[in-house]
Amino acid sequence: MADTQAVPPAPPRLTLRGITKVYPGCVANDGIDLTIAPAEIHALLGENGAGKSTLMKVIYGLVKPDRGELLWDGLPIEVRDPAHARKLGIGMVFQHFSLFDTLTITENIALALGDDAGDLPTLAARISEVSKKYGMELNPEREVHTLSVGERQRVEIVRCLVQPIKLLILDEPTSVLTPQEVETLFVTLRQLAAEGCSILFISHKLNEVRALCHRATILRAGRVSGACIPAEEDASSLARMMVGDDTPISTDYPKVLGEEPFLQVRGLSRISEDPFGVDLQQVSFDVNAGEIVGIAGVAGNGQEELLAALSGEDQIENHDAIHFPSGPVGHLCPRQRRSEGLAFVPEERLGRGAVPDMSLRENALLTGFLTGLVRRGMVSHGKVRAFAEQIIERYKVKTPDSEAHAASLSGGNLQKFIIGREIMQGPKLLIAAHPTWGVDIGAATAIHKALIELRDQGAAILVVSEDIDELFQISDRIGAICHGRLSPLKPTPQTSINEVGRWMAGDFPQADAAA
Amino acid sequence: MIKLEPRGQHSKLMAWLSPVLAGVLTLVSGAILFGLLGQDPLVALHTLLVKPISDTYGLAELCVKAAPILLCAIGLAVVYRAKVWNIGAEGQLLMGGLVGSACALALIDIEAAWVLPAVLLAGMAGGLLWAALAAWLKTAFNANEILTTIMLNYIALNLLIWSVHGPLKDPDGYNFPESAMFSDSAILPTLIDGTRIHLGMVFALFAVVVVWVLLSRSFLGFQIKVLGLDASAARLAGFREKRLVWISLLISGALAGLAGVGEVAGPIGQLVPSISPGYGYAAIIVAFLGRLHPVGILLATLLMALIYMGGEMAQIDLGLPVALTGLFQGMLLFYLLACDVLINFRIRIPALSAGKAVPATAPVNQETAL
Repeated sequence: MADTQAVPPAPPRLTLRGITKVYPGCVANDGIDLTIAPAEIHALLGENGAGKSTLMKVIYGLVKPDRGELLWDGLPIEVRDPAHARKLGIGMVFQHFSLFDTLTITENIALALGDDAGDLPTLAARISEVSKKYGMELNPEREVHTLSVGERQRVEIVRCLVQPIKLLILDEPTSVLTPQEVETLFVTLRQLAAEGCSILFISHKLNEVRALCHRATILRAGRVSGACIPAEEDASSLARMMVGDDTPISTDYPKVLGEEPFLQVRGLSRISEDPFGVDLQQVSFDVNAGEIVGIAGVAGNGQEELLAALSGEDQIENHDAIHFPSGPVGHLCPRQRRSEGLAFVPEERLGRGAVPDMSLRENALLTGFLTGLVRRGMVSHGKVRAFAEQIIERYKVKTPDSEAHAASLSGGNLQKFIIGREIMQGPKLLIAAHPTWGVDIGAATAIHKALIELRDQGAAILVVSEDIDELFQISDRIGAICHGRLSPLKPTPQTSINEVGRWMAGDFPQADAAA
Repeated sequence: MIKLEPRGQHSKLMAWLSPVLAGVLTLVSGAILFGLLGQDPLVALHTLLVKPISDTYGLAELCVKAAPILLCAIGLAVVYRAKVWNIGAEGQLLMGGLVGSACALALIDIEAAWVLPAVLLAGMAGGLLWAALAAWLKTAFNANEILTTIMLNYIALNLLIWSVHGPLKDPDGYNFPESAMFSDSAILPTLIDGTRIHLGMVFALFAVVVVWVLLSRSFLGFQIKVLGLDASAARLAGFREKRLVWISLLISGALAGLAGVGEVAGPIGQLVPSISPGYGYAAIIVAFLGRLHPVGILLATLLMALIYMGGEMAQIDLGLPVALTGLFQGMLLFYLLACDVLINFRIRIPALSAGKAVPATAPVNQETAL
C-alpha cells in the first residue's frame, strides 16, 4: 500500500486495512485494503456479489466489519452509524432513493439532515445555491413525485452537498440515467473533486469508469483482485480483472434485419391500474422474425406495463392492438399466447420467472408444460427431469443437480436456466425483460450468445433493457420508451447512443410511428 | 442471551424434526401440568396416550375418531398448498352431516343399494356447496377466506341446530332435538364385528392416496402448489388463479362434507346437534403437524385421534376435565409454530461462542462450521 500513498503529501482521506465481513454462508469482504486520496475520484469495480455494497456500507457505518481498521485523514476511527459518518463529512447516494413522494425537495432534505437542517427557508436557499453551483438546478419547492428519476438523484446528491463534505460515495449512480444525464453528472463530479472532495464511484460499467475515475480498485469474490489507473487500461483488460481469466467476454455480433413481422403492436394504449404507474400511449411497433428489437429506457417509463400487456398478464380491450400471424391476441391469457409461440423471460427471476422454493425440475415444468411434459393431466416426471437436465447441460447452468431449488442458484445461473427453458421450447417470439440485469459477465455473454443463436434460427426477439450498451451490442433495431410512449425504431447501425439517449429523455416525434 | 441467526436456506431435517420436537415438548409440558394437578405424571400420560389403544376395541375406536379428522385434514392439505386458508372444514363437515341426513331421512322408507351412495354424495355436495360460498366470495369480491369460512362455520352450526329442532326432528322422538334413526340401507357398514369401525376409514385412506397422487403427480396439483408458493409465477405461466382457488376449495369442502356424512351415517346413525367435537378445527392442526404431506397427515391424524380418546379416558379414570383435549391440541400447535422457526433460523448463544470469537481466525471457524 505504501506505493499508492506516494503521490499526495497529505495523509489519504480514507484508508481501509484488512476489512473483513462474514455473513452466514458467505464471506462478503475478505481482507480488503483501499486508499482514497483527497480530490480523487476512485472507482470500486466489481460484479454483482463481489462485495462492493458491503464495503461501502462499512464505510458509511451501516455495517460493522468483523476485522480490519478504518483510517480517516490518517487517524483510526470507528464509524458508529450513518449520522456519525455524515458528521465526519461522508455522504452517500444509494442506488435506490429514499425520498418521500408527497414532500417537497426541501422537506425531504430537512428530514434526512435531522437536527442539522436548520430552518426551512435558509435550507431552501442553500439547496438552490448548491444545486446551481454544481450544474444540477433544482427548485426546492417542488414535490418529489413530480421529479424525473434523474432529478431525484440530484436531490440525493444535493442532500450530501448542503453539508461540508469530504467523501461522496455513489452506488451505481448511472444505472438510472440517460447517456446525456450521465455526462452532466460527470461534469458535476469532476467539479466536486477539483474542489477537494474525494469520490468513491461504485460501478460495473467499464467505459464510465475509464472516462471519469483517477484510480480504480477491483473486487472479485470479496477480495481485491487488482488496482489500476483506468485511463491506462482498456475495457477488456478491466473486465478481465473483474471476472478472471477463464470467463468469456462478449464480442460484437453481426446485425441482420428480418422481413416477416411476427409481433405487430398497433396503437396500444392502456391506463395503468397503479396510481403511480405509467399509462401506455399509442405504442406501435413490429418485431420481425429473425431479428432482435431492443427497447431502451430509464426504469419506470412504462416498461412494466408494456411487458405485462405483451405477456398476457394484463389483457387488452382492443384485441387487435397486439397481433401475431395467427390473429389478434390482446384478449388471450399467457397460456394461450404461449401456445401461439410466445416465450417470456420476466424481469424478476425469483418470484416470477422461477418459483424460489421449487426444484429446477419443477421450474422447468412451470412454463414448459405445453411441450409434451404433461399427458392426460399427469406430469411425466421422467420427461420433466430429462428436459431440466437438457437445459442445465446445454446452457451450462452451475448446479449440483436438477433437484436443487431455484433459490439456491446464483442470479446468473438461474437466468441461464430460465432463458434456456424458454428457448428450448422453440419459441417463435421471445420477449426478454432486462435479461442480464445483475448477472455476471460470463453469464451475460452466454445469454447474449443464446439470444443471437435463437435469432439466427428465425425467431423474433424483443429485449427490453435499461442497459443501453447491451442493447447496442445485441439489437438489430432499437428504440426507446419514455412516459409510456415509444420512439420510432431504427436499425442499430443507423443510430447512435446519443440519439437513443435523446429518445430516452422523450425527445422524439410524437406517435406518428405507426407506419 | 439467545440469538436467532438466519440459516440462509431451509433445513430439511428441521422441517421433519420440528413436529417431533413439538410432540416431545407437548408431552413434557403435559407431564408438568399433571404434576401440578396432583396426578402422577407417568400414570396420567399413560392414561392419556397408551391406555386408550391397549386393546382391539380401542384401536378400532381410534380409527372411528381418525376417519373424519383425516378426511378434513387431507382436504385442507390441498387448499393450504394453494395458500388458501380454509378455516371452514368444521362448517363444511356440519353441512355434509346435515345435507346427508336430510337425504337419508327423505329416503328412510326405501331399502335399496343406491341409498347409501346417494346419502354420501348428498353429504359431499353439502360440504362442497358450503366451500363454494367461500370460493365465490373470494373470487368475486376478494373477500378474505379466513373470515368468511369462520363465519360460515357458525352459520352451518346454527342451521344444523335449527334443523334438528325443526324440520328434521324425529316426529316420534318425544321432542328431543334428534332426527329419526336412519334406515339400515343408509348406514355405513362396519368393518369388524363388535367394533364401530366403519367404511369411512376406507374412504379416508382412499382420499389420502388420491390427494397424494394429485399433489405429487398431476399437473393440477403442480399448479396448485405453484399458486401457493408464488402467485406471480403462476400468473406469468398462465395458470388460472381463480379456477385453482375454486377447485382446491371444492375438493376440501367435499372431503369435509364426506367426513360429516360419515359421522351421521356411521357411528351416530342419526342427526344430533353435536356431530363433531371440533374435528374440523383439529384438522387444521393436523394438516400443519403433518407438513401438508399425505403421509405426515396420516400420522398426525392418529395422534390427534388418540388425544381425543385420551381426553375422554382421563375424564373417566382420573376425573380430569375434558378440556384436556383442547389443551393438548393447543399446546401441540403452539410448540409446532415455535419449532418451525428453527427451519429457517438456528439458535446461537453468543455467551458461549464469544470466547471462541476473539481470535483472529474466528471468521474462518464460522465458515467451516457452515
